Amino acid sequence: MHPTWTALALSLKVACWATAIALVLGVAVGFLLARRRFPGRELLDTILTLPMVMPPTVLGYYLLVLLGRQGWIGRNLQDWFGINLIFTWQGAVIAAAIVAFPLVFKPARAAFETVDGRLEDAARVLGVSEAAVFLRVTLPLAWRGILAGALLAFARAMGEFGATLMVAGSIPGRTQTLSIAVYEAVQAGQDDIANTLVLITSAVCIAVLLTAGRLAPGRVGYR
Amino acid sequence: MPANLNRRFLSAVLLFAASVASQAAEITVSAAASLTDAFKEIAQGYEAAHPGSKVLLNFGASGALLQQMAKGAPVDVFASADQETMDAAVAQKLVAPRERVNFVRNTLVLVVPADSTLAIKRLDDLRQPTVTRLAVGNPASVPAGRYTRQALETAGLWAPLGPKMIMTQNVRQALDYVARGETEAGFVYGSDAVAFKGKVKVAMEVPLATPVSYPIAATAGAAQTAESRRFIAWVQAPAAQAVLARYGFMKP
Repeated sequence: MHPTWTALALSLKVACWATAIALVLGVAVGFLLARRRFPGRELLDTILTLPMVMPPTVLGYYLLVLLGRQGWIGRNLQDWFGINLIFTWQGAVIAAAIVAFPLVFKPARAAFETVDGRLEDAARVLGVSEAAVFLRVTLPLAWRGILAGALLAFARAMGEFGATLMVAGSIPGRTQTLSIAVYEAVQAGQDDIANTLVLITSAVCIAVLLTAGRLAPGRVGYR
Repeated sequence: MPANLNRRFLSAVLLFAASVASQAAEITVSAAASLTDAFKEIAQGYEAAHPGSKVLLNFGASGALLQQMAKGAPVDVFASADQETMDAAVAQKLVAPRERVNFVRNTLVLVVPADSTLAIKRLDDLRQPTVTRLAVGNPASVPAGRYTRQALETAGLWAPLGPKMIMTQNVRQALDYVARGETEAGFVYGSDAVAFKGKVKVAMEVPLATPVSYPIAATAGAAQTAESRRFIAWVQAPAAQAVLARYGFMKP
Protein backbone atom coordinates (compact mmCIF):
# COMPACT_ATOMS: atom_id res chain seq x y z
CA MET A 1 0.00 0.00 0.00
CA HIS A 2 1.22 3.51 -0.78
CA PRO A 3 2.63 5.23 2.37
CA THR A 4 0.02 7.99 2.09
CA TRP A 5 -2.82 5.50 2.30
CA THR A 6 -1.10 3.64 5.12
CA ALA A 7 -0.95 6.92 7.07
CA LEU A 8 -4.61 7.65 6.29
CA ALA A 9 -5.69 4.15 7.32
CA LEU A 10 -3.72 4.44 10.55
CA SER A 11 -5.19 7.88 11.29
CA LEU A 12 -8.70 6.53 10.76
CA LYS A 13 -8.00 3.48 12.93
CA VAL A 14 -6.58 5.60 15.74
CA ALA A 15 -9.40 8.15 15.47
CA CYS A 16 -12.10 5.44 15.47
CA TRP A 17 -10.73 3.75 18.58
CA ALA A 18 -10.14 7.04 20.33
CA THR A 19 -13.65 8.25 19.54
CA ALA A 20 -15.17 4.97 20.72
CA ILE A 21 -13.32 5.20 24.03
CA ALA A 22 -14.13 8.90 24.43
CA LEU A 23 -17.77 8.21 23.54
CA VAL A 24 -18.34 5.48 26.13
CA LEU A 25 -16.50 7.33 28.89
CA GLY A 26 -17.85 10.73 27.86
CA VAL A 27 -21.47 9.58 27.94
CA ALA A 28 -21.01 7.84 31.30
CA VAL A 29 -19.23 10.77 32.94
CA GLY A 30 -21.48 13.35 31.25
CA PHE A 31 -24.56 11.54 32.61
CA LEU A 32 -23.04 11.27 36.07
CA LEU A 33 -22.18 14.96 36.23
CA ALA A 34 -25.54 16.01 34.83
CA ARG A 35 -27.60 13.95 37.27
CA ARG A 36 -25.68 13.41 40.46
CA ARG A 37 -24.83 16.13 42.90
CA PHE A 38 -21.70 15.53 44.92
CA PRO A 39 -18.94 17.65 46.42
CA GLY A 40 -16.23 18.55 43.93
CA ARG A 41 -18.53 18.07 40.96
CA GLU A 42 -17.48 21.26 39.18
CA LEU A 43 -13.83 20.65 40.06
CA LEU A 44 -14.06 17.23 38.43
CA ASP A 45 -15.69 18.86 35.40
CA THR A 46 -12.80 21.31 35.19
CA ILE A 47 -10.13 18.62 35.46
CA LEU A 48 -11.82 16.50 32.81
CA THR A 49 -12.01 19.51 30.48
CA LEU A 50 -8.28 20.24 30.86
CA PRO A 51 -7.13 18.20 27.83
CA MET A 52 -9.18 20.53 25.63
CA VAL A 53 -7.30 23.64 26.72
CA MET A 54 -3.89 22.27 27.69
CA PRO A 55 -1.14 22.29 25.07
CA PRO A 56 -0.85 18.77 23.59
CA THR A 57 2.87 18.78 24.39
CA VAL A 58 2.05 19.12 28.09
CA LEU A 59 -0.30 16.19 27.79
CA GLY A 60 2.29 14.24 25.80
CA TYR A 61 4.86 14.83 28.49
CA TYR A 62 2.47 13.68 31.24
CA LEU A 63 1.73 10.54 29.26
CA LEU A 64 5.38 9.85 28.49
CA VAL A 65 6.27 10.22 32.15
CA LEU A 66 3.34 8.05 33.32
CA LEU A 67 3.25 5.41 30.59
CA GLY A 68 6.99 5.20 29.87
CA ARG A 69 9.16 2.33 31.02
CA GLN A 70 10.21 4.29 34.06
CA GLY A 71 6.72 5.70 34.62
CA TRP A 72 4.45 4.45 37.38
CA ILE A 73 1.73 3.08 35.09
CA GLY A 74 4.12 2.00 32.36
CA ARG A 75 6.33 0.03 34.74
CA ASN A 76 3.37 -1.83 36.23
CA LEU A 77 1.85 -2.59 32.83
CA GLN A 78 5.22 -3.95 31.76
CA ASP A 79 5.76 -6.02 34.91
CA TRP A 80 2.26 -7.48 35.15
CA PHE A 81 1.09 -7.80 31.58
CA GLY A 82 4.20 -7.25 29.45
CA ILE A 83 2.42 -4.32 27.80
CA ASN A 84 4.39 -1.37 26.53
CA LEU A 85 2.40 1.52 25.13
CA ILE A 86 5.21 3.85 24.04
CA PHE A 87 5.86 3.71 20.26
CA THR A 88 2.68 1.72 19.60
CA TRP A 89 -0.53 2.70 17.84
CA GLN A 90 -2.38 1.84 21.05
CA GLY A 91 -0.34 4.58 22.72
CA ALA A 92 -1.49 6.94 19.97
CA VAL A 93 -5.10 5.89 20.68
CA ILE A 94 -4.73 6.77 24.36
CA ALA A 95 -3.25 10.17 23.56
CA ALA A 96 -6.00 10.91 21.04
CA ALA A 97 -8.76 9.60 23.32
CA ILE A 98 -7.70 11.88 26.17
CA VAL A 99 -7.55 14.89 23.88
CA ALA A 100 -10.93 14.04 22.33
CA PHE A 101 -12.70 13.14 25.57
CA PRO A 102 -13.85 16.65 26.61
CA LEU A 103 -15.41 17.16 23.18
CA VAL A 104 -17.80 14.28 23.92
CA PHE A 105 -18.21 14.72 27.63
CA LYS A 106 -19.05 18.46 27.53
CA PRO A 107 -21.94 18.26 25.02
CA ALA A 108 -23.10 14.97 26.58
CA ARG A 109 -23.46 16.63 29.97
CA ALA A 110 -25.25 19.61 28.39
CA ALA A 111 -27.56 17.30 26.44
CA PHE A 112 -28.45 15.22 29.50
CA GLU A 113 -29.20 18.36 31.47
CA THR A 114 -31.72 19.54 28.88
CA VAL A 115 -33.64 16.24 28.88
CA ASP A 116 -37.03 16.83 30.51
CA GLY A 117 -37.09 14.86 33.77
CA ARG A 118 -40.87 14.50 33.58
CA LEU A 119 -40.55 12.25 30.53
CA GLU A 120 -38.27 9.93 32.48
CA ASP A 121 -40.68 10.01 35.42
CA ALA A 122 -43.53 9.11 33.10
CA ALA A 123 -41.59 6.04 31.97
CA ARG A 124 -40.86 5.06 35.58
CA VAL A 125 -44.53 5.37 36.47
CA LEU A 126 -45.26 2.95 33.65
CA GLY A 127 -42.96 0.45 35.33
CA VAL A 128 -39.89 0.71 33.12
CA SER A 129 -36.60 -0.25 34.74
CA GLU A 130 -33.88 2.38 35.34
CA ALA A 131 -31.60 0.91 32.68
CA ALA A 132 -34.43 0.90 30.17
CA VAL A 133 -35.34 4.50 31.08
CA PHE A 134 -31.79 5.49 30.24
CA LEU A 135 -31.59 3.49 27.02
CA ARG A 136 -35.09 4.18 25.69
CA VAL A 137 -35.89 7.67 26.96
CA THR A 138 -32.86 9.65 28.14
CA LEU A 139 -30.31 8.56 25.56
CA PRO A 140 -32.59 8.98 22.51
CA LEU A 141 -33.46 12.51 23.68
CA ALA A 142 -29.81 13.44 24.15
CA TRP A 143 -28.21 11.53 21.30
CA ARG A 144 -28.04 14.40 18.77
CA GLY A 145 -25.86 16.46 21.05
CA ILE A 146 -23.71 13.48 21.94
CA LEU A 147 -23.26 12.44 18.31
CA ALA A 148 -22.27 15.96 17.25
CA GLY A 149 -19.72 15.94 20.06
CA ALA A 150 -18.47 12.53 18.97
CA LEU A 151 -17.90 13.78 15.42
CA LEU A 152 -15.92 16.76 16.68
CA ALA A 153 -13.97 14.34 18.87
CA PHE A 154 -13.27 12.21 15.81
CA ALA A 155 -11.98 15.22 13.88
CA ARG A 156 -9.83 16.25 16.83
CA ALA A 157 -8.46 12.72 17.20
CA MET A 158 -7.62 12.63 13.49
CA GLY A 159 -5.67 15.84 13.84
CA GLU A 160 -3.87 14.95 17.09
CA PHE A 161 -0.19 15.70 16.73
CA GLY A 162 1.78 16.90 19.73
CA ALA A 163 0.89 14.30 22.35
CA THR A 164 0.88 11.51 19.76
CA LEU A 165 4.34 12.36 18.49
CA MET A 166 5.76 12.32 22.00
CA VAL A 167 4.09 9.09 23.08
CA ALA A 168 3.92 7.04 19.90
CA GLY A 169 6.80 8.49 17.92
CA SER A 170 6.80 8.55 14.15
CA ILE A 171 7.22 5.04 12.82
CA PRO A 172 6.06 4.77 9.20
CA GLY A 173 3.30 2.18 8.88
CA ARG A 174 2.99 1.70 12.63
CA THR A 175 2.51 5.02 14.41
CA GLN A 176 3.01 7.64 11.71
CA THR A 177 -0.44 9.18 11.37
CA LEU A 178 -1.43 11.70 8.69
CA SER A 179 -0.63 14.76 10.76
CA ILE A 180 2.79 13.39 11.72
CA ALA A 181 3.50 12.33 8.13
CA VAL A 182 2.79 15.93 7.05
CA TYR A 183 5.28 17.23 9.61
CA GLU A 184 7.95 14.73 8.52
CA ALA A 185 7.43 15.54 4.85
CA VAL A 186 7.79 19.28 5.46
CA GLN A 187 10.88 18.77 7.63
CA ALA A 188 12.49 16.75 4.87
CA GLY A 189 11.48 19.23 2.15
CA GLN A 190 9.19 16.73 0.38
CA ASP A 191 6.55 19.28 -0.56
CA ASP A 192 4.80 17.05 -3.09
CA ILE A 193 4.07 14.44 -0.41
CA ALA A 194 3.06 17.18 2.04
CA ASN A 195 0.63 18.62 -0.52
CA THR A 196 -1.10 15.26 -1.04
CA LEU A 197 -1.31 14.65 2.69
CA VAL A 198 -2.77 18.04 3.60
CA LEU A 199 -5.37 17.78 0.84
CA ILE A 200 -6.52 14.38 2.12
CA THR A 201 -6.57 15.61 5.72
CA SER A 202 -8.54 18.73 4.77
CA ALA A 203 -11.08 16.69 2.80
CA VAL A 204 -11.67 14.27 5.69
CA CYS A 205 -12.02 17.13 8.21
CA ILE A 206 -14.47 19.04 6.00
CA ALA A 207 -16.58 15.90 5.60
CA VAL A 208 -16.65 15.34 9.35
CA LEU A 209 -17.55 18.97 10.12
CA LEU A 210 -20.34 19.00 7.53
CA THR A 211 -21.82 15.86 9.06
CA ALA A 212 -21.52 17.31 12.55
CA GLY A 213 -23.23 20.50 11.41
CA ARG A 214 -26.14 18.53 9.94
CA LEU A 215 -26.65 16.58 13.14
CA ALA A 216 -26.64 19.65 15.37
CA PRO A 217 -28.22 22.64 13.64
CA GLY A 218 -27.11 25.19 16.19
CA ARG A 219 -28.74 23.42 19.06
CA VAL A 220 -25.86 22.02 21.01
CA GLY A 221 -24.34 24.48 23.42
CA TYR A 222 -21.10 23.99 25.29
CA ARG A 223 -21.37 24.61 28.97
CA MET B 1 -16.53 56.11 21.52
CA PRO B 2 -15.68 54.50 18.18
CA ALA B 3 -13.00 57.07 17.27
CA ASN B 4 -11.19 56.40 20.52
CA LEU B 5 -11.50 52.66 20.00
CA ASN B 6 -10.14 52.98 16.49
CA ARG B 7 -7.14 54.90 17.73
CA ARG B 8 -6.49 52.29 20.39
CA PHE B 9 -6.74 49.50 17.87
CA LEU B 10 -4.39 51.31 15.51
CA SER B 11 -1.79 51.90 18.21
CA ALA B 12 -2.02 48.23 19.23
CA VAL B 13 -1.41 47.19 15.62
CA LEU B 14 1.54 49.59 15.33
CA LEU B 15 3.00 48.33 18.58
CA PHE B 16 2.75 44.76 17.30
CA ALA B 17 4.32 45.71 13.96
CA ALA B 18 7.15 47.53 15.71
CA SER B 19 7.88 44.53 17.89
CA VAL B 20 7.99 42.27 14.83
CA ALA B 21 10.42 44.51 12.90
CA SER B 22 13.95 43.41 13.73
CA GLN B 23 16.04 45.38 16.17
CA ALA B 24 19.23 47.18 15.20
CA ALA B 25 21.87 44.65 16.27
CA GLU B 26 19.73 41.56 16.55
CA ILE B 27 20.69 38.40 14.68
CA THR B 28 18.85 35.12 14.35
CA VAL B 29 21.05 32.04 14.49
CA SER B 30 19.64 28.71 13.31
CA ALA B 31 21.81 25.98 14.79
CA ALA B 32 21.81 22.19 14.76
CA ALA B 33 20.05 20.60 17.75
CA SER B 34 23.33 19.10 18.99
CA LEU B 35 24.70 22.63 19.49
CA THR B 36 21.87 23.62 21.86
CA ASP B 37 23.73 23.84 25.18
CA ALA B 38 27.03 25.12 23.81
CA PHE B 39 25.45 27.84 21.65
CA LYS B 40 23.27 29.11 24.48
CA GLU B 41 26.40 29.73 26.52
CA ILE B 42 28.37 31.13 23.58
CA ALA B 43 25.55 33.55 22.70
CA GLN B 44 25.46 34.76 26.31
CA GLY B 45 29.18 35.44 26.19
CA TYR B 46 28.80 37.24 22.87
CA GLU B 47 26.01 39.46 24.16
CA ALA B 48 28.00 40.27 27.28
CA ALA B 49 31.04 41.23 25.21
CA HIS B 50 29.04 43.27 22.71
CA PRO B 51 26.50 45.41 24.58
CA GLY B 52 23.46 46.19 22.45
CA SER B 53 23.80 43.00 20.43
CA LYS B 54 21.15 40.36 20.72
CA VAL B 55 21.39 36.77 19.51
CA LEU B 56 18.16 34.87 18.92
CA LEU B 57 18.76 31.12 18.83
CA ASN B 58 16.65 28.70 16.84
CA PHE B 59 17.48 25.01 17.27
CA GLY B 60 16.31 21.99 15.30
CA ALA B 61 17.41 19.22 12.99
CA SER B 62 19.75 20.75 10.40
CA GLY B 63 17.47 19.57 7.60
CA ALA B 64 14.42 21.14 9.25
CA LEU B 65 16.32 24.43 9.70
CA LEU B 66 17.24 24.33 6.02
CA GLN B 67 13.58 23.92 5.08
CA GLN B 68 12.63 26.88 7.27
CA MET B 69 15.18 29.06 5.45
CA ALA B 70 14.10 27.76 2.05
CA LYS B 71 10.54 28.83 2.93
CA GLY B 72 11.75 32.34 3.75
CA ALA B 73 12.50 32.30 7.48
CA PRO B 74 14.61 35.39 8.31
CA VAL B 75 17.84 33.75 9.45
CA ASP B 76 21.21 35.53 9.63
CA VAL B 77 23.54 32.68 10.60
CA PHE B 78 23.19 28.97 9.86
CA ALA B 79 25.21 26.29 11.67
CA SER B 80 24.65 22.76 10.35
CA ALA B 81 25.74 19.43 11.80
CA ASP B 82 26.90 18.11 8.44
CA GLN B 83 28.35 19.26 5.14
CA GLU B 84 25.49 17.79 3.13
CA THR B 85 22.89 20.18 4.56
CA MET B 86 25.19 23.17 4.02
CA ASP B 87 25.83 21.95 0.46
CA ALA B 88 22.08 21.99 -0.10
CA ALA B 89 21.88 25.51 1.36
CA VAL B 90 24.60 26.64 -1.06
CA ALA B 91 22.86 24.91 -3.96
CA GLN B 92 19.62 26.71 -3.10
CA LYS B 93 21.54 30.01 -2.95
CA LEU B 94 20.61 30.49 0.70
CA VAL B 95 24.30 30.69 1.58
CA ALA B 96 27.21 32.08 -0.46
CA PRO B 97 30.00 29.46 -0.71
CA ARG B 98 32.70 31.92 0.44
CA GLU B 99 30.87 32.58 3.74
CA ARG B 100 31.08 28.99 4.88
CA VAL B 101 33.66 27.76 7.36
CA ASN B 102 34.03 24.62 9.48
CA PHE B 103 34.15 25.54 13.14
CA VAL B 104 33.93 22.31 15.16
CA ARG B 105 34.01 18.52 14.94
CA ASN B 106 32.11 15.79 16.73
CA THR B 107 31.93 12.03 17.01
CA LEU B 108 29.06 9.63 16.52
CA VAL B 109 28.52 7.31 19.47
CA LEU B 110 26.17 4.55 20.50
CA VAL B 111 24.64 5.33 23.89
CA VAL B 112 22.69 3.15 26.31
CA PRO B 113 20.81 4.18 29.47
CA ALA B 114 23.16 4.77 32.42
CA ASP B 115 21.82 1.70 34.27
CA SER B 116 21.92 -0.57 31.22
CA THR B 117 23.58 -3.98 31.55
CA LEU B 118 23.70 -4.66 27.81
CA ALA B 119 27.06 -5.74 26.48
CA ILE B 120 27.53 -3.86 23.23
CA LYS B 121 31.06 -3.69 21.92
CA ARG B 122 30.47 -3.85 18.18
CA LEU B 123 27.64 -2.62 15.95
CA ASP B 124 26.83 -6.25 15.21
CA ASP B 125 25.85 -6.72 18.88
CA LEU B 126 22.75 -4.62 18.15
CA ARG B 127 21.30 -7.70 16.42
CA GLN B 128 20.82 -9.46 19.76
CA PRO B 129 17.14 -9.81 20.73
CA THR B 130 17.61 -7.94 24.03
CA VAL B 131 17.88 -4.81 21.90
CA THR B 132 14.28 -4.25 20.86
CA ARG B 133 14.39 -0.56 20.07
CA LEU B 134 17.03 1.70 18.67
CA ALA B 135 16.67 5.50 18.58
CA VAL B 136 17.99 7.03 15.37
CA GLY B 137 17.52 10.52 13.96
CA ASN B 138 15.42 10.43 10.78
CA PRO B 139 18.01 10.46 7.96
CA ALA B 140 15.64 12.55 5.83
CA SER B 141 16.25 15.62 7.96
CA VAL B 142 18.64 14.72 10.81
CA PRO B 143 22.40 14.65 10.07
CA ALA B 144 23.08 12.27 12.99
CA GLY B 145 20.65 9.87 11.31
CA ARG B 146 22.52 10.18 8.02
CA TYR B 147 25.85 9.46 9.69
CA THR B 148 24.24 6.48 11.41
CA ARG B 149 22.81 5.17 8.17
CA GLN B 150 26.23 5.53 6.54
CA ALA B 151 27.90 3.54 9.32
CA LEU B 152 25.22 0.86 9.47
CA GLU B 153 25.11 0.45 5.69
CA THR B 154 28.86 -0.06 5.65
CA ALA B 155 28.42 -2.72 8.33
CA GLY B 156 25.52 -4.27 6.38
CA LEU B 157 23.18 -3.64 9.32
CA TRP B 158 20.90 -0.84 8.10
CA ALA B 159 18.24 -3.17 6.68
CA PRO B 160 18.45 -5.92 9.36
CA LEU B 161 18.11 -3.37 12.18
CA GLY B 162 15.32 -1.46 10.40
CA PRO B 163 12.42 -2.99 12.36
CA LYS B 164 14.00 -1.94 15.66
CA MET B 165 14.51 1.68 14.69
CA ILE B 166 12.58 4.55 16.22
CA MET B 167 13.14 7.54 13.94
CA THR B 168 13.31 10.84 15.78
CA GLN B 169 12.81 14.47 14.73
CA ASN B 170 16.27 15.53 15.84
CA VAL B 171 19.26 14.05 17.60
CA ARG B 172 18.22 15.36 21.02
CA GLN B 173 14.96 13.44 20.87
CA ALA B 174 16.92 10.22 20.28
CA LEU B 175 19.08 11.13 23.27
CA ASP B 176 15.99 11.76 25.40
CA TYR B 177 14.42 8.40 24.50
CA VAL B 178 17.60 6.58 25.55
CA ALA B 179 17.87 8.61 28.77
CA ARG B 180 14.26 7.68 29.66
CA GLY B 181 14.95 4.03 28.89
CA GLU B 182 12.30 3.96 26.16
CA THR B 183 14.89 2.52 23.79
CA GLU B 184 17.74 0.19 24.78
CA ALA B 185 20.23 2.14 22.72
CA GLY B 186 20.53 5.09 20.37
CA PHE B 187 22.90 6.88 18.02
CA VAL B 188 23.83 10.38 19.10
CA TYR B 189 26.88 12.65 19.04
CA GLY B 190 29.70 12.36 21.54
CA SER B 191 28.81 15.87 22.72
CA ASP B 192 25.21 14.77 23.43
CA ALA B 193 26.51 11.96 25.62
CA VAL B 194 28.56 14.52 27.55
CA ALA B 195 25.49 16.75 27.98
CA PHE B 196 23.49 13.81 29.41
CA LYS B 197 26.27 12.35 31.52
CA GLY B 198 24.67 10.38 34.36
CA LYS B 199 21.59 9.54 32.30
CA VAL B 200 23.31 7.78 29.39
CA LYS B 201 26.66 6.11 28.90
CA VAL B 202 28.70 5.59 25.77
CA ALA B 203 28.81 1.93 24.68
CA MET B 204 31.09 2.54 21.72
CA GLU B 205 32.26 5.17 19.28
CA VAL B 206 30.91 4.53 15.81
CA PRO B 207 33.55 4.45 13.04
CA LEU B 208 32.70 6.83 10.20
CA ALA B 209 34.05 7.25 6.68
CA THR B 210 33.31 11.00 6.66
CA PRO B 211 34.13 12.92 9.83
CA VAL B 212 31.35 14.79 11.63
CA SER B 213 32.29 18.34 10.78
CA TYR B 214 30.06 21.37 11.43
CA PRO B 215 29.99 24.28 8.99
CA ILE B 216 28.69 27.75 9.88
CA ALA B 217 27.84 30.60 7.50
CA ALA B 218 26.17 33.97 7.24
CA THR B 219 23.11 33.54 5.03
CA ALA B 220 22.59 35.28 1.70
CA GLY B 221 19.49 36.96 3.06
CA ALA B 222 21.12 38.12 6.30
CA ALA B 223 19.75 41.49 7.36
CA GLN B 224 22.82 42.04 9.54
CA THR B 225 25.78 40.78 7.53
CA ALA B 226 28.46 42.58 9.56
CA GLU B 227 26.96 41.48 12.87
CA SER B 228 26.57 37.92 11.54
CA ARG B 229 30.23 37.74 10.51
CA ARG B 230 31.25 39.12 13.89
CA PHE B 231 29.29 36.34 15.60
CA ILE B 232 30.86 33.68 13.35
CA ALA B 233 34.33 35.03 14.16
CA TRP B 234 33.37 34.87 17.86
CA VAL B 235 32.41 31.21 17.54
CA GLN B 236 35.85 30.43 16.10
CA ALA B 237 37.74 32.42 18.74
CA PRO B 238 39.46 30.65 21.68
CA ALA B 239 36.81 31.58 24.29
CA ALA B 240 33.94 30.02 22.34
CA GLN B 241 36.08 27.07 21.30
CA ALA B 242 36.77 26.44 24.98
CA VAL B 243 33.03 26.37 25.65
CA LEU B 244 32.53 23.94 22.76
CA ALA B 245 35.36 21.74 24.09
CA ARG B 246 33.70 21.68 27.49
CA TYR B 247 30.52 20.38 25.86
CA GLY B 248 32.43 17.56 24.19
CA PHE B 249 33.15 19.06 20.78
CA MET B 250 36.56 18.97 19.13
CA LYS B 251 38.59 21.51 17.19
CA PRO B 252 37.71 21.66 13.46
